[in-house]
Amino acid sequence: MTGSDDEKVHRAVERVARESYGRLVAYLSVHTRDLAGAEDALSEALLKALTAWPRDGIPQNPEAWLLTTARRSLIDFFRHQRVVLDSEPDLLLLTRDLTEDTLETNYPDERLKLLFVCAHPAIDPAMHTPLMLQAVLGLDAVRIAGAFLVAPKTMGQRLVRAKTKIRDGGIRFEVPEKRELPERLDAVLEAIYAAFGIGWDDMAGADQRGRGLAEEAIWLARVLLQLMPDEAEVQGLLSLMLHCEARRAARRDGDGHYVPLSEQDPKLWSLSFIEEAECHLAEAFKCGRPGRFQLEAAIQSVHAERARSGRIEWTAIVRFYEQLNRVSPTIGIRTGYAAALAEANGAEEGLAVLDAINQDAVSAYQPYWAVRAHLLQRLGRSAEASDAYDRAIGLAEDSAVREFLLQKRS
Amino acid sequence: MQFALLIYESPQAFASRKGDGSDAYTGAWRAYHKALVESGVFVGGDPLEVPETGTTIRIKEGKRGVQDGPYADTKEQLGGFTILELPSLDAALEWAARCPAAAYGAVEVRPLAPETKRRIVE
Repeated sequence: MTGSDDEKVHRAVERVARESYGRLVAYLSVHTRDLAGAEDALSEALLKALTAWPRDGIPQNPEAWLLTTARRSLIDFFRHQRVVLDSEPDLLLLTRDLTEDTLETNYPDERLKLLFVCAHPAIDPAMHTPLMLQAVLGLDAVRIAGAFLVAPKTMGQRLVRAKTKIRDGGIRFEVPEKRELPERLDAVLEAIYAAFGIGWDDMAGADQRGRGLAEEAIWLARVLLQLMPDEAEVQGLLSLMLHCEARRAARRDGDGHYVPLSEQDPKLWSLSFIEEAECHLAEAFKCGRPGRFQLEAAIQSVHAERARSGRIEWTAIVRFYEQLNRVSPTIGIRTGYAAALAEANGAEEGLAVLDAINQDAVSAYQPYWAVRAHLLQRLGRSAEASDAYDRAIGLAEDSAVREFLLQKRS
Repeated sequence: MQFALLIYESPQAFASRKGDGSDAYTGAWRAYHKALVESGVFVGGDPLEVPETGTTIRIKEGKRGVQDGPYADTKEQLGGFTILELPSLDAALEWAARCPAAAYGAVEVRPLAPETKRRIVE
């Protein structure tokens, strides 16, 4: 066994874990409803692979090998526990074709059920994204904790608690029925978008972990689209994220300074991402069921249009925001609407929208203060603008944004 | 509950304190302090003088030992503390992430120990 062989095995294990983790966990947990058990069995199988594969060679079908090994340890576990009676049929299902390794390559893709379980209404909404990142992508609690600004120990406990609830709370591993589908799907989309948002905000400095998270979210949306090709909002979400991702390189200048969207150099945008985003948005609009993510993607699409036309159609953006406001009146949407309205009709109109927002809701919402400061400054109300800038600077987490605002303030 | 944010700063950060108040370091801290106060979470806190001004004392087996400088010899040094009133550790971590020092040093979040204090004070 040479060092390079060792490395080869490691890479093979990593690759199959990366590509198949969610599918394997989904398949293993669907019958037992025990997410934690399925994850444990899979990590055990991955560990075993690290010793077995260098010795016996990398198996023809690594995924099948992992599945068989994980199933064996699950079954051992159940036998050991003298499993409760109503789990017996599940156990039978798991054992069924254990010897028929040829079947393993065709095992059903149950990830959709797993996504719906992770974003189940019985689970604390704050835990939807962390659960998804762990169960479907295999991220560890420490990394998830970092992304969510939660102490690693706490995140670990919360994940365990959520999984216990899935197991003991009778949460079913199934795709919801048509009548509850829109609401349930919304929770899944929200959870994926939350992961993207964290990855997006986090790109500040040298830390590349945030960037990874945005990519993971796009990957999740692709999986979801593959499983639900006819859902317009899934297309919308993917389009939205691709539009944002297209601008990654333009968000900072050569010295790492923050560049706001309307001042970005469109030549730095990724045309292939924009094209793909536009395709998904066109597909979505064909369904004739506009929703929150399609509308947000449409706004980004108007911004992307600047690459061709050289100008931003603010009135079009305002119209999309008005529709958005009806389906999803969040403070984020209200703030975005105010900013767009100010560009289209003047700072006073934008400021009036901001004034109408409940002040308690925005006391720690940074974008509100940044927009407010900008509009006050445009209106020449400099003392109030300084105050709002201070608030926006004090609430900023990204040091490039902080510096940008400090400069604007002075 | 109350949390202390213990602020650890790099030598560069300590050096940039010497500005006249219009510099980015002071501007960022002024804004952060204002956001804490206006959000109603600020209880107290202060910056500390630079680490070289510290003097550390230990008494070992009755012998006095006095050392110039701070207790721990690390690159980043305690530069100040802030005490915040917040509902949870999650909220405290959110405020810690907004602290200017989080970007160039480190911010440790520690809950105050009111129970221990009660036993001591009563």
